Amino acid sequence: MTFRLPLYNRVALLMAMAAAIAAVVLPFLGFAPNRLLSGRPVPLWAAVQGPGGLAILPGLVLLATPFLRPTRIGLGLTVAAGGLFAAGLVWLAGHHATELAQGASAAARTSFASGFWVMAAAGLLTAVDAARWMGLGAVGRLAVGGAVAGLVALQLATGHLDALSILKEYANRRDVFADAVLRHAMLVAAALVPTLLVGIPLGVAAHRFQAVGRAVFPVLNVVQTVPSIALFGLLMAPLAALGALLPGSGISGVGPLPAVIALTLYSLLPIVRNTAVGLDGVPAPVREAARGMGLTPRQIFLRVDLPLALPVFLSGLRITVVQAVGLAAVAALIGAGGLGAIMFQGLFANALDLVLLGAVPVILLAVAGDALLSIGIAAATSHIGLSPGRNAP
Amino acid sequence: MIDFERVSKRFGSWTAVDTVSFTVAEGEFRVLIGPSGSGKSTVLRMINRLIPADEGAIRIDGEDIASLRPEELRRRMGYVIQSVGLFPHWTVERNIATVPALLGWPKARIRDRVTELLELLNLDPRRYRTAYPHQLSGGQQQRVGVARALAAEPRILLMDEPFSALDPITRASLQSELSAIHRRTGTTVVFVTHDMDEALRLGDSIAVMDHGRLIQCATPLEILTRPASPLVRDLVGREEWGLKRLAVETAGDRARPQERVGGEPLPSETPLHRALSEMVSRGAERLPVVDGDGQPAGVLHLSDLVRPAPDRAA
Amino acid sequence: MTVAGMAPREFLTDRLMLGLVALVALVLGMPSLKPLFATLYPGLDRPLYEAESFVRLTLDHMALVSLSSLAAILLGGGAGIAVTRPWGREFRGLLETVATMGQTFPPVAVLALAVPVMGFGPEPALIALTLYALLPVVENTVAGLDGVSPAVLDSARGLGMGPAEVLFKVELPLAAPVILAGVRTAVIINVGTAAIASTVGAKTLGLPIIVGLNGSNQAYVIQGALIVAALAVVIDAGFDRMAGWLTRWSRR
Repeated sequence: MTFRLPLYNRVALLMAMAAAIAAVVLPFLGFAPNRLLSGRPVPLWAAVQGPGGLAILPGLVLLATPFLRPTRIGLGLTVAAGGLFAAGLVWLAGHHATELAQGASAAARTSFASGFWVMAAAGLLTAVDAARWMGLGAVGRLAVGGAVAGLVALQLATGHLDALSILKEYANRRDVFADAVLRHAMLVAAALVPTLLVGIPLGVAAHRFQAVGRAVFPVLNVVQTVPSIALFGLLMAPLAALGALLPGSGISGVGPLPAVIALTLYSLLPIVRNTAVGLDGVPAPVREAARGMGLTPRQIFLRVDLPLALPVFLSGLRITVVQAVGLAAVAALIGAGGLGAIMFQGLFANALDLVLLGAVPVILLAVAGDALLSIGIAAATSHIGLSPGRNAP
Repeated sequence: MIDFERVSKRFGSWTAVDTVSFTVAEGEFRVLIGPSGSGKSTVLRMINRLIPADEGAIRIDGEDIASLRPEELRRRMGYVIQSVGLFPHWTVERNIATVPALLGWPKARIRDRVTELLELLNLDPRRYRTAYPHQLSGGQQQRVGVARALAAEPRILLMDEPFSALDPITRASLQSELSAIHRRTGTTVVFVTHDMDEALRLGDSIAVMDHGRLIQCATPLEILTRPASPLVRDLVGREEWGLKRLAVETAGDRARPQERVGGEPLPSETPLHRALSEMVSRGAERLPVVDGDGQPAGVLHLSDLVRPAPDRAA
Repeated sequence: MTVAGMAPREFLTDRLMLGLVALVALVLGMPSLKPLFATLYPGLDRPLYEAESFVRLTLDHMALVSLSSLAAILLGGGAGIAVTRPWGREFRGLLETVATMGQTFPPVAVLALAVPVMGFGPEPALIALTLYALLPVVENTVAGLDGVSPAVLDSARGLGMGPAEVLFKVELPLAAPVILAGVRTAVIINVGTAAIASTVGAKTLGLPIIVGLNGSNQAYVIQGALIVAALAVVIDAGFDRMAGWLTRWSRR
């Protein structure tokens, strides 16, 4: 008698297979006597020996998820298994790094290796996909992501991960790191203020007068095309010249000023464009009805145009924020500081953990900004139906 | 109540409205009809000053509307357009409450009024009060649109092809509801359409426009029987003229009041073309007619449809 | 429209032609600007970047961008086609999620993360650029194929076309403008990221900029920045031209 497993979720099967292969073939961690030597690979089977191995028990559930019925319970279990597997891998890495650190010199380093990344990604993607199948909205999916992030944050806070190389690197540079995060966020915020002050009125003007759009968009498009590093470079010379002309003004070709100027120039396009497109998208009959009922132009703008254009505007803001977080990292090359400075310092000094310490928080900042604004967009859209255009004939 | 005195409007070199004069009486249902580009919508939109007149005077109750603030003027009138234009980010209740809220009505009064209007337009308040426009069908959206226009009890209701985008069944039921609302409230209605059947069915009087000029302004019966120009005759159409002619009068108009006969009775407001249809389908040459209270109002004879009985000649 | 068929005035106002002329002039003529930079920056011993020729750097830059973009078009286009077929539909949500989430990762961070995995040199740059370019290509391939009207597909099948014919003769040509827009996004991002890739050991047009920034040599920075900027603008104008052809032909 043969028994055939019913396969319900081919995505989960693919992910489970990827994780299983990575678990066997790829190194889970890398262990090096110090930060300059390249490490020896630590396979997963070496790390799971002992009671600590229980942490990746959700991985066994993950192997079973392809065969779970896609009911709410089955999918919920899949989401939980994927998320807990990823968090469990982090826990196991921290746990095993601590074990390896005993009996090794203080300079010894344990870092995540490719097997960890593949397995963690497989777990997270399984969870995300199952969450989609469950019909969770943007906010629900963010909650799942937040829960996994919370589990990892908890391990960070309790010091469980302190033996990992990226955290050793962090411990060495605690003050610099905190300053860098703050500086990074400040650069983005400093660019956002002039962007919004100029971009929103410009967007409104481009919506009202075609000529404004025809004049502004080609210029902003070209700016967007110019690579960031080139724009930083091209801003250096005129700013340096200006600084020489006005001694004591604090203007200089390097540092945060050219960074903020360049970031602002890049940020303008999504803001101006989405403000204009959002306003263009307000259905003409809605405006006509508002006028016909006796709303004043001001009331029409505030009560009709603004709320209806808000979702499109917010997605422009989301693009701007995500883009600016990345560009601010590049700005470290012209001395603007921030997380990019740590990242490039690592690259120039061939210190890979330092690269991680700079690059990972940059990604986290971008993802966090994206997530926050997604919630805002979901809230702003929830009342409008699928799109503001739905009410048009 | 509404007076147009030699009103003109030009857009560039194109004359949209050319020295038009007319009067709409208090409580009248006036239909503006004409081919596209005839200026009928422009005339309507000049009444609430969405389009300012170039020349001439428009008066409401003798007051020149140019002397009023446009927003104030508009809040005193209801306005319904073909594409409805409900605010997609507001609930049905808040949409309907737009003008009362602008006028600063107390909350409780607004709430009661919304309930009343939803019931008037056959929308269950419990179900639809908190719905959003995208959750409604096209017909329901336009019901809300009409309710919104009526919310602040306007004395004038302006409607620009309000039912043109709806399917025939929904259109017919909204037409009869509008008729009933007009009869009940006595609101003055100015209604733009390009559909002569709708005009004949709804209007107390019909103004035909072409190339910015007013061609004829008369009762439906007159439009049918004495068209002032070939255009008006074309609008009415030669096909089924007889049925259209019948449609502008009701069973009550032609019933012989003294007679009685058995059978399922017709309501007296049934248009005559429907009555004819009933006779054909029942194979009857005489049908009893009842009035609004269900009391016998006489008998309609098939021969009276062709020619009114001598004592009831129109 | 060919160059030969262009009226002289048209040629002079054409963004692509002007940009191309400027780019070639900058790349070939930069050495002859040495006296100018020497005058502008009298304090510099070496006012011209001469470690590598600008021709070499430009060609290497373009090679890195072309290779990664080509790989991304093949892989991303293939994946986009696969998940819009009936047998691949299950993977569509996953792919879209990855494409959307991945694009929130800043390209420079992706580039930096390739180093711990791959080491220094052009390889991590190639991998990082390919990975990043995949995302807009996938996203737009799926969106473009999705946008083909069901009525058109229906009639194509009704005419007796097989799945492959429908894909190559109907779906891909109709989706081409949208797919091209994704490729354009990917390539423009890659031109910029390839410049930054000089920090991970790829010799590209970013090299003079990085060397100039580290050694406080503003002349190097300007030389590199001018050429990269011109290259990006020319490529963008080229895509503009292609989009024009495609849309004219598909009448969108």
